Amino acid sequence: MTDRFEVPSGLKKTGLALLAIGIITIIAGAICFLGKHEEAGLTRFWLGLAQNSIFFLFMAITSVFIQAAAALAQGGWIVAYKRVPEAIGANVWVFGLIVLIILFSIVFGLGDHNPIYHWVHPDGDKVIEGKSTFLNKGMFVGFSIAAVGLWSFFGRKFRSMSLAQQSAPKNSTKLYWKTITIAGAFMVVYGLTMMSTTPWLWIMSIDAHWYSTLFSWHVFAGAFVSGMAMILLWTIYLKNQGNLILMNKEHTHDLGKFMFAFSIFWTYTWFAQYMLIWYANIPEETVYYNTRQNGAYSFPFYLNLVVNFVGPILILMSRPSKRNYFTVVFMALIIIFGQWLNLYLLTYPGPTGNNWHISWYEMGIFAGFAGLMILTVSRTLAKEDLIPHNHILLKEAVVHLS
Amino acid sequence: MAVKKFAIACYDDEAPLFDAVHKVRHSGYKLHDVYTPFPVHGLDTAMGLKETDLHIAGFIFGITGTSTALGFMSWIFTSDWPINYGGKPFFSLPAMIPITFELTVMFAAVGMVLTYCYLNQIMPGVKKHVFHPRQSDDLFVVVIEVTEGTDEAELMNFLNETKPVETDVQIAEEGWWYGRFDQEENYSKQFAS
Repeated sequence: MTDRFEVPSGLKKTGLALLAIGIITIIAGAICFLGKHEEAGLTRFWLGLAQNSIFFLFMAITSVFIQAAAALAQGGWIVAYKRVPEAIGANVWVFGLIVLIILFSIVFGLGDHNPIYHWVHPDGDKVIEGKSTFLNKGMFVGFSIAAVGLWSFFGRKFRSMSLAQQSAPKNSTKLYWKTITIAGAFMVVYGLTMMSTTPWLWIMSIDAHWYSTLFSWHVFAGAFVSGMAMILLWTIYLKNQGNLILMNKEHTHDLGKFMFAFSIFWTYTWFAQYMLIWYANIPEETVYYNTRQNGAYSFPFYLNLVVNFVGPILILMSRPSKRNYFTVVFMALIIIFGQWLNLYLLTYPGPTGNNWHISWYEMGIFAGFAGLMILTVSRTLAKEDLIPHNHILLKEAVVHLS
Repeated sequence: MAVKKFAIACYDDEAPLFDAVHKVRHSGYKLHDVYTPFPVHGLDTAMGLKETDLHIAGFIFGITGTSTALGFMSWIFTSDWPINYGGKPFFSLPAMIPITFELTVMFAAVGMVLTYCYLNQIMPGVKKHVFHPRQSDDLFVVVIEVTEGTDEAELMNFLNETKPVETDVQIAEEGWWYGRFDQEENYSKQFAS
């Protein structure tokens, strides 16, 4: 039994078109925003690139995380569509490299006054100077390279181990246990990067005066929901192409449950952070929410909660809706938009002030990265058989009931 | 509540049980219930049971909890007994969310437990007829109602073809009663006389 996926020319054309839109947007953005030599334009140009690239990298790294989590829990349910998270995880390096180029350009290329990362040149700001042991260029570069490097390594490692299992002796569990060991190591790396330092350095340091210990968990929860939504979109696309023959509604139900449950978890972290700051009412903390909730950003602020909490909880709660291809695809698109908006609210308000836009520039760059994701992942998917032959949990995955 | 006549067939494995359940449903006999020592996967679909409405009840209980908490707290803090806590507004929604959440969970949990007991007719003191003493031990018991139009001899022949380890015909109370197990004997005597 084989299950080969060949990239349809329509998908390839769509991917290339989206990528072209992205590149044209960057060129047009460079002409429009960088040409005037104004700080607002400069900020918008670089923030759009940073926010979108970080968003897509976080969605991709979730695929590595869910493989590691399923390996540690010895979960068989993921094996039916294992090649999808593997293919996304194997392409983490592409997005990681782009993120590194963009972030290092922001840190090193913006001259004496950095409008995005104020800590690069504190200019006598005592609060930021007090944080300089952690918030400095060396730490930023070191942690970023280590994080992206390790993520790319593990993403490729999980795929290569899974492919090696295909040619291993029948019923051999050697690679299975090795995968569990590697997954344990990845969890340590993931805990020290995605769940702590990476969101601090990349996102929280944009508002360098403010800090929250829950911040990285909040970012992780959002990345996890959108990452699972993207895996779901890929699996259902492949099913529509007649591939992924082992996958059925039980597995879709599982992915739907993940989207539902972690949307609630995202709201939990959001509210836990918000309520403590609201209750304590300390000016140096409330200023963060004041710029977002009252004033120019109040519309996206409340929209964010509606899209990421009210929508999923009401629409994805019932069992039939999690097993219906239309509802889950619709909700996956809604959640990806919602988490993109959430990341927008975490990055933009600090540097841009009350002058916010979500227009052709932001959407164009999003389209570019979506095209890149389509091209890279479909190319990797087409390389190997979509059935993980010889995986020892394959039978369990096929008879799985959600 | 009614006393009725039942034919039972006992099996010692899942495979003949599924076989028998399929045949009974196909033949048109009135399947009363199936008793098993442990939850058997797929038996509910084989018996043609519809999906439980327990989760809809849970949603309604949860919504009741949410509105109770929000309504009660906003009434207390705005009109009944307004107190100034650290300069916060009287109607402070973020402060009410944790209690709202807890009350939602509590209403949903308690309400679903009670609904579950009601749907399954289980409560302390509620008794139901036991068709076979080994039905909770090692036997799978299929119970078929012998209605007015059922030919009993034909039914027993039909059941014996499914290779049960034991068959029986019993007159028993269909529903539940409150009290002791020996009270059912009186019903059976009444029915027989």
